[in-house]
Formats: sequence, structure tokens, C-alpha cells
Amino acid sequence: MLTIKNLTASINDKPILRGIDLEVRPGEVHAIMGPNGSGKSTLANVLAGREDYAVTGGEVSWQGRDLLALAPEERAREGIFLAFQYPVEIPGVSNVNLLKAALNAKLKHLGREELDAYDFLALVKERMKLVQMPEDFLYRAVNEGFSGGEKKRNEVLQMAVLEPLLGILDETDSGLDIDALKIVADGVNALRAPDRSFVVVTHYQRLLDYIVPDHVHVLAHGRIVKSGGKELALDLERRGYGWIAELERGAGDDARA
Amino acid sequence: MSTANHEIDALIRQKYKHGFVTELESESLPPGLNEDVIRAISAKKGEPEWMLEWRLEAYRHWLEMPEPEWAHVHYPRIDYQDIVYYAAPKSKKDAPKSLEEVDPKLLETYEKLGIPLEERAALAGVAVDAVFDSVSVATTFKDKLGKLGIIFCSFSEAVREHPELVRRYLGSVVPQRDNFFAALNSAVFSDGSFVYVPRGVRCPMELSTYFRINAKSTGQFERTLIVADEGSYVSYLEGCTAPMRDENQLHAAVVELVALDDAEIKYSTVQNWYPGDEEGRGGIYNFVTKRGECRGRGAKISWTQVETGSAITWKYPSCILTGDDSVGEFYSVALTNNRQQADTGTKMVHIGRNTRSTIISKGISAGRGQNAYRGLVKVTKSAEGARNYTQCDSLLMGEKCGAHTFPYIEVKNPTAQVEHEATTSKISEDQLFYCLQRGISTEEAVTMIVNGFCKEVLKELPMEFAVEAQKLLGVSLEGAVG
Amino acid sequence: MTATGNAAIHYLEQFREQRPELPGREPAWLDGLRREALEHLATAGLPTPRDEAWKYTNVSSIAAQAFTPAAPGAAVPDRALLESLLEPGLGGPRLVFVNGRYLPELSSPPALGGGVRVRPLAAALAEGGESLRPHLAWPPGDGSGFTALNTAFMADGACIELAPGARLEEPLHLVFVGGEDVLASPRNLIIAGAESSATVVEEYVGPEGGRYLTNTHTRISLEEKAQLVHYRLNRESLRAFHMGELRIRQAAGSRFVSTAVALGGLISRTEVRVDFSGEGAETRLNGLYVASGRQHTDHHLHIDHRLPGCTSEQFFKGVLDGAARGVFSGRVVVHPDAQHTDARQSNKSLLLSRNAEMDARPQLEIYADDVKCAHGATVGQLDGDALFYLRARGVGEAEARHLLIHAFVGDVLDRIPLPPLRQALERLLWARLDRREAAGA
Repeated sequence: MLTIKNLTASINDKPILRGIDLEVRPGEVHAIMGPNGSGKSTLANVLAGREDYAVTGGEVSWQGRDLLALAPEERAREGIFLAFQYPVEIPGVSNVNLLKAALNAKLKHLGREELDAYDFLALVKERMKLVQMPEDFLYRAVNEGFSGGEKKRNEVLQMAVLEPLLGILDETDSGLDIDALKIVADGVNALRAPDRSFVVVTHYQRLLDYIVPDHVHVLAHGRIVKSGGKELALDLERRGYGWIAELERGAGDDARA
Repeated sequence: MSTANHEIDALIRQKYKHGFVTELESESLPPGLNEDVIRAISAKKGEPEWMLEWRLEAYRHWLEMPEPEWAHVHYPRIDYQDIVYYAAPKSKKDAPKSLEEVDPKLLETYEKLGIPLEERAALAGVAVDAVFDSVSVATTFKDKLGKLGIIFCSFSEAVREHPELVRRYLGSVVPQRDNFFAALNSAVFSDGSFVYVPRGVRCPMELSTYFRINAKSTGQFERTLIVADEGSYVSYLEGCTAPMRDENQLHAAVVELVALDDAEIKYSTVQNWYPGDEEGRGGIYNFVTKRGECRGRGAKISWTQVETGSAITWKYPSCILTGDDSVGEFYSVALTNNRQQADTGTKMVHIGRNTRSTIISKGISAGRGQNAYRGLVKVTKSAEGARNYTQCDSLLMGEKCGAHTFPYIEVKNPTAQVEHEATTSKISEDQLFYCLQRGISTEEAVTMIVNGFCKEVLKELPMEFAVEAQKLLGVSLEGAVG
Repeated sequence: MTATGNAAIHYLEQFREQRPELPGREPAWLDGLRREALEHLATAGLPTPRDEAWKYTNVSSIAAQAFTPAAPGAAVPDRALLESLLEPGLGGPRLVFVNGRYLPELSSPPALGGGVRVRPLAAALAEGGESLRPHLAWPPGDGSGFTALNTAFMADGACIELAPGARLEEPLHLVFVGGEDVLASPRNLIIAGAESSATVVEEYVGPEGGRYLTNTHTRISLEEKAQLVHYRLNRESLRAFHMGELRIRQAAGSRFVSTAVALGGLISRTEVRVDFSGEGAETRLNGLYVASGRQHTDHHLHIDHRLPGCTSEQFFKGVLDGAARGVFSGRVVVHPDAQHTDARQSNKSLLLSRNAEMDARPQLEIYADDVKCAHGATVGQLDGDALFYLRARGVGEAEARHLLIHAFVGDVLDRIPLPPLRQALERLLWARLDRREAAGA
């Protein structure tokens, strides 16, 4: 459903992604790992359509459509959800307002009837159980004054309500203690479904103990230098990212070969 | 009044540590100002005709300008006909070629101030162009700088040796008729420093000038011009102390900075002129015009100042951000004690696209001191994407002092983001008590807390200057709590 | 001769004509007050940008128009138009003034009794008004040319007196309707005795497209522990001029909460001066300005903390669109003996278009050390990160902007505890803001 071909992107004329190829099929979980600065977050943001990043080449097809031609909100309505690494605080806008506006925009886009207040609240409250969120969270301003863990749980709640086809988790594990990590992972696992895929961007293997991937890709200097099954993550854990240097040399050799 | 308060009072009343007079004969013009005096100044300095004409033009403007009246600064009227506009040390005729030739009395003065010139110059790698009264008497490290093409000399010398550079940039940032005191300076400026850093050169040492006001009733009219050509960098330090005396002294300097494409100028000041006695008698009037223009793309000008001296300080080191992506910074600590008055701040004028400015101002008021921050952040229509962040904090010590904040924010471009924050507070009894209970003296505790309060500014100073500034804050203020 | 000087002469002549008609020929003190004010106007003229307090607001276009001070017989808009202007009402007691003069037909004053006395000022003066003298008198020369102009021509307004302990149960609605080419000079007095309490809504409206000058002046005196909740709603015609002044004197332990909402007027300015005459008093000034087209909206606040232990807060927000220009000046002066002052100031403005402008001057002048004072000001556009976040959640750009603008002004509306007024305001505001969104900005 998502096909990325030779994608390159830069920030302020500085190339970050140097040719990404990736195929994500329905129901799969892909983990993207790599050291800081390898381009992981850039990939996540480019897929969501952040304008600070300039796509300089390649193509991304999403369910047969050209993803790169869509505005960020269209991508969201078409089922792409980015759980932000740093969820922004929006003073004065309550969570419940944000969710309602987002959900109704999506339903309208899909030509379905918007939910009335009663059905909407029932849905949200049911989904809140997934991430063990107290009800008063709904009425607080988006992420304002939230702890790191609360912000990440809020991201998963939004995902649960919006029911995307592709969830991109950008370093969702960063800054979480083990209890919060479990809550977030359980929430994600509960959302796994045959028609729903995930791209999990992470620096550490830890999260993958809880969200078990089908495929693991190692990103370095803007390229995927190795792909494999979930055992690759354990390898990385054991051998560290220094090992990447060898992989890169290997990739260089391959390129020359 | 508690015991602690008695101690505090004693500390506040601490005498000016740098108050002494160097006996050195001066060759001076009689007091008074007219065109003949200006011609005489120009002639004594052997200036070319164009320089004299420039001075006379400024003088004619000045005659027509009213003296400003400020709501928050009070001083008796200055009699401009009672000021000596030119005084030079006797030793000027045969100017010293090296430190050995410098009048030992002068060197002794620096010793007393804790600034052993030769030692400091050698150890810290600082080239010193010492202005004693109005004429440069010692210049060091000239050769080393010369090899890099850097010009660092007295203003008079620059007029003689580099007239094309002086003519090109003099008055291009602070025009002759900019304000009353700038016009006066333009007419009668005695000397000062000139710096030119050529394209792509990073000045390897901090350039430094120690100004001193010494001869009796001598107005000081320094003129400083610093030009950083494309891609160059220079850090300039200006520091001053002054001896104790009775009459008020006027100081009206002008500093102009020009930064071309990708050039950076860092200008740091520690100002510790004589503030006057407890009743405010005899202190310096410091009416200075300092302005820099980021004329080129990506240029940066950073002003850092620690102002502890003078009876009255009136200065607004400013940045005109003309070049796209240029950056202006202003970091300031201003401290007023006894009857000192400080009215200082900055102007950040955003003209180019994506220009950024930061203002961090820390005001400390003790005794009957009055401390005002006055700042303008102006975003013109063309300044797409401009950013400013301003933070002004005031610390009050004593129930008779004052702290005032007068920001002006003018935004004519909607893509700008301008943010201003200010707080006012006093040193808390809890903090002090905590320190005392840990065995720290009142003096030390206050110095600690004040230095903590000023940390964001002090860290912007070059290392050796930061140490001096911290000591100065200690001397000027330690224990001044109400 | 400058425009502002010419204006002074014009109004001097008008005064000569109207003097016999103005209330207060008897008692003589009132006539004396008017003449002093005219004297001041004649020497000082109307303010110019050279006056520091008027640096960002140029009133020469007001001075250039010779408005006729409203005479008792001046034309009144027809009943249907008036009634449409009075919508949405608040449902409680109401006093209506047209061109600054009381219109009994449309008014429903609160019942007398319980120590509450509400009268038109003209009626109070006709009865002698000696007790009002200290509340009308003000040091001559204090204030701008507009203060003087109001003093010279003041004829009517609301006079609200609360005896000690009295309570005005329902919010009292004062509505001032402007007419064509007229200078209206309402003068309102609110005199609240010790421990009394009231809520007063001052609303200024005008027929759409009407060109007139409202030059209004309200004086409020709060005795010990009195409480006043005050709203000031400017819905003037978009071609009208509005110069408003509010002066408050607060005795010990009194509390004043005010919310000023400015939507109307081509050039409008609201000046608020608070003077604490007792310890432990509290004042909260909230404000919201929304301007578009070529509107110019100015708020000028001045709070004097002269005595210990008083609290003040200024909380002003604004949304500027089109080629509108906003001005905020807030000054807090903490005098030498005013220890334990707690003063806060906040001003935030949102610029929605290329040509909108904002000038802000949040100022603190502090002469005492044991105080807590802080101020903050921001000027900018909608937060790009927040916009992207909303869009990434599928909210369309227009709606995302809409949400964020509403959140921005919602802060001020949240401070209005009077439900009918709040709802009315929300409707007005959203109609105004959404019109721009619909225009596809």
C-alpha cells in the first residue's frame, strides 16, 4: 500500500535522505532504526508532508496515488497518521475539540456521515481506555502542561480515534519510562489489524520488545543500509551502531560491484 | 534596622576603589567652543581639509539642535562654554614607540587599577591602544596584526594613514546630526580607535582600549570606528575606570560599527567611571551614541556591556539589521547605586529578511539609584520572517531605588515574531538567609546572587573580561540589599 | 495653524452658541469647570503624535472634521433603526442615550430602593448636583484635549449611586447610540459606597456607515471594599470615531474588574486610569480588540500604585487584519511607599494580514523594592507548528486557522462570567472573524 522509490530530501539545501526504497504491505510492521542524524525523523516528516523538508527526487505511492502531491491534511484523511516525536502544545484548543474536528474532517472526506456529539464521545471514551487516560484529559488544552509520557499517550489516543491505515511512530519511545512505554505499546498493539500497517522509527531496540516488527531496516546517512527480520534489531542491540560503519562500507562495495 | 542592614549600608557606602589622580601635565586649549577651537583641534592633529570641513559641518548642525530633556534623567544644565575640548599628555610630541617609552606614571596608574599593561598584553594576547585623556600613547601588537592586514590604530592615525577608509565609513552609521551629543562629538572628537579587518580574516586576539578620563574638567569625545569586511571576525573590548574628582565631567563618545557580508563584530564594554560620591557629586555624565549596522547578508553584531560607573549613563547600543539573515544581540548589565542614574537599552531595527535579534537586559538598582531600560524593536515592512526575543529583568535592593522598563515594539510585518518579557523582583530574604546559614557572608551571598542574576550576560564576555566584570559587580554592589 | 488648533477654535465657537442650553449654568461651579476645560483645550489643542501618550495615534483626521456638539433637540434615528441597534440586549435594566442624551422611551431603569439610585446625569444636575461636585471636578489640565472637550460639553450620561452595602442585583446596561456628524459627550458617574456591589455594561453602538464622534468619559469611585464588574463594549460604526476615557479611584480593599472589547470605530481609543487611594485594593483590566480594513484601535492604560498591598493585572489581546493598526500602551507606576505591590501586564497581538501593524508599549516604572512586577508582550502570526499539527490531523487549513484564532481570543472571553453578554459577544466576534475566513484570506 506504501511504496517508496529512491526518495531524496533535504533541509535548507542540505541533503538528508539520499535514496530510500521501502515497500510496506497491509498489516505489516516495519521498524526503521539508525543512529542520530541518519534521517529517521526526516523520513517520518516527509511522509506526513512537513513543508520544512524539500523532496528533491524519487516517488512515494500510497494506495496507488502519488502521496507527495497531497497536502498534509489530505494525507491524514487518506489514512496516514504521524505520532510526533515532539507533540506541540496548543494553548486554548482542547483535546476533545481537536479530535472532533479531525475525525469529522476524515469522515466527510470519506463521504460518510459525521458523528454526533453523543456517538463521538462514546467512541472517544472507549478508545481512552486503550491508553489508560483519565477523562479530564479530554478537556485540557492539547498537550499543554502534559508530561512527556502524557503527550505520547495522547498521540496514541488520537491514532486510536482516527483509525489510520498507516501509523508512523516517530521516536515514540523517547523520554518514556518503562511503564509508560508499555501503555503506549499496548495501545499500538491493540490497533494492529490486517489492513493497518505501522512504521516504527526508533533509536533503541527496547520498543521492539513490545511492538514486534515484521521487518527491520537500518538507516545510515540517508540510506537503508540493511534490512532483515526482527532478529536484526537484536543484532543491533548487541553490536551497537558502530557496526553500521561496516555495513556502509559493505553497501559501498555492493554499489561498486 | 537589623544588623544585616547596617552591614549592607556600610557596604553600599564603600568608597570608590579606583579614585586617585595621576599628576601629569596636560597641554590644553582654554575652555569654550567656537569654530576657532575646532580649527585648532584639527590643526593640532594635523588633519586634512576634508576632516576639518566635516567637523565644522557637524558643529553648525549642533548649534541649531536643542539639548534633549529626558523624563527619567536629571542633572544640572551643562555649560558647554566651560568645557576644555582638547587636552593631551605632555609626552605626546615625542610619542612612545614602545612600552618603555611610556610615561611611568601612566603605567603606575594602570598598576593601581589592577591592569598591568605589559603583563596583560603579553599574557592575555591583548593588543592595547591606551587612550590617556585624548591622545593614544601606546599601541602594541601592531606588527602581528599588520601581517594579517588588520588595521588597529588611533583615530588620528587612521585619518592620516587610511583616509579613504575613514572617509568611506565615518558617519555612515551615526550621521553628524543624529542627536545632540553625537553632533557635538562629530565637531570636537579628540581621538579614539579605528579598526579595519580585511575580507575573510579572523582577528586572532581581542582588541582592547582602556579609556581614562583624567585631566580636570576635560570633556571626553572619543570616536571609534570598526569595519569588518566580508567574512571577517573581530572582538573588541572597551573598559574604563576614572579617578575621583569634584566637577561633573561630560563624556560624549560615538562608536560606529559596520559589518559587511557574513562578518561578525563582538563589542564588549566594562564601564566603571567615577559615579560621584554618596550625594552624586562629581560623577561622570556618560552620554554615548553606539550603533552598528549589519550592512551585509548574514552579518552579526553583538553588544555586551557591564555598566557600573558614571553618575548618569545614557546609551543605547543599537543594531541596524539591513542585510538579510543578519543578527543583532544586546546583552547588558546596568547597576546603579547611591544617586546614580542609568537610562540604557538598545534599538533593534529589522530591515532585511530573516533578521534576528536578542536582547537580554539585567538592571540592578541599589541605594537611591535609578535604572531604566528603554528599548525599541522595530520590524519594518521589508523584514520578512524577522524574530526578536527580549528579556528585561530588574533586581531591586533598597526601598529608595527605582527600576523602570520602557520597551517600544513596532511591528509592520505579519511574519515577524516579537516577544518581550520583563520581571522585577528583590533579592529574597530566604535566599540570603539560606546562604548565611551555610556560613556564607552577606557580601559573598549578594555577589553570588547578583552574579547568578547576571549570568546570561556575563557569559557573553570574553573570559578575562568576565572575571573583571564579576569583581566589579562585587565591588560596586556586594551586600546592597534593602 | 494646525488641524488640532483649528478644532479647538471650532469647539470654542460651538460652546459660545450652546452654552445657554448646557445644564449647569446654575450652579456656577459647573460653568466654571467648563470654562477652565475650554481654556485648556484652547491652549493645548487636541493631542498630536508629538505627545508621548499619543505617539502612535494620529487624531488629525478627527480634528479636521467639525462635528457639531449634540444639542438637546438633535435628530434622533427612527425607532426601528434604534431598536435594531439595541439588539442583542441583555434583558435586564437598561438606560439608552442617543447622541449622549437620555432617551426615556427605550429605557427601563432599575427599581429605586435598597440604596441604589440610577438617574440620567442631566436630571441629577437639574436637582443641584452639589454632592456630585467632587466626582465631576478634576485638576484642570489633567488629561488630554479630549478630556477637556468632554468636560466642556458634557450634558448627560448615567449617574449611578450606591449607598454603603447596596447591591445592584442585575447587570445594568448602558447603551450609547451615535448619530450623523454629531459630537456626543456622555459623562457617566459610578459612585459605589463601602461594601456595595454592581455590574455595569457600557455599550457604544451606531448606525452602519454613520460618521460621528463619541467622546465619552466615565468616572468611577469605589469606597472601601466596594466591588464593581465593568464591561465596555465598543460596537461603533466602522466610519465613526470613538475616544473613551475611564477613570477609577479605588479605596482600601475595593475590587474592580473590567473587560473592554473594541470592535468598532475607524479610529478608536480607550484610556483607562486607575488610582489606588487605599491599601489592598485590586484591579483587573481585560481587553480584546479586533480590527480590520483601515481601523485604528488604541488602548492606553495607566495604573498608579500609591499605597501598599494593591494588585493590578492587565490582560489584553488583539487580532488585526486588513490594513488595521493596533496600539497598546500599558504603564504601571509603583510609587515609593507602595510596597507589596503585585502588578502584571500582558499584551498579545495576532497579525493576520500583510498590512496589519501593531505597536506595543508595556511599561513598568518602579520606585519601591518589595514588589512583584512582570510584563510580557508578543506580536506575531498564527503558530506555524500548531497549524501543521492540525493539518496533519486532517483539519483543513482554513478550519485550522479558525480554531487557532478562536483559541487565541477565547482566553479573554473566558474572563467574562456574565453568560448573556458572553454569548452575545461570541456571536459578534465570530461573525466578524468568520467573515474574514469566508472572504478566503
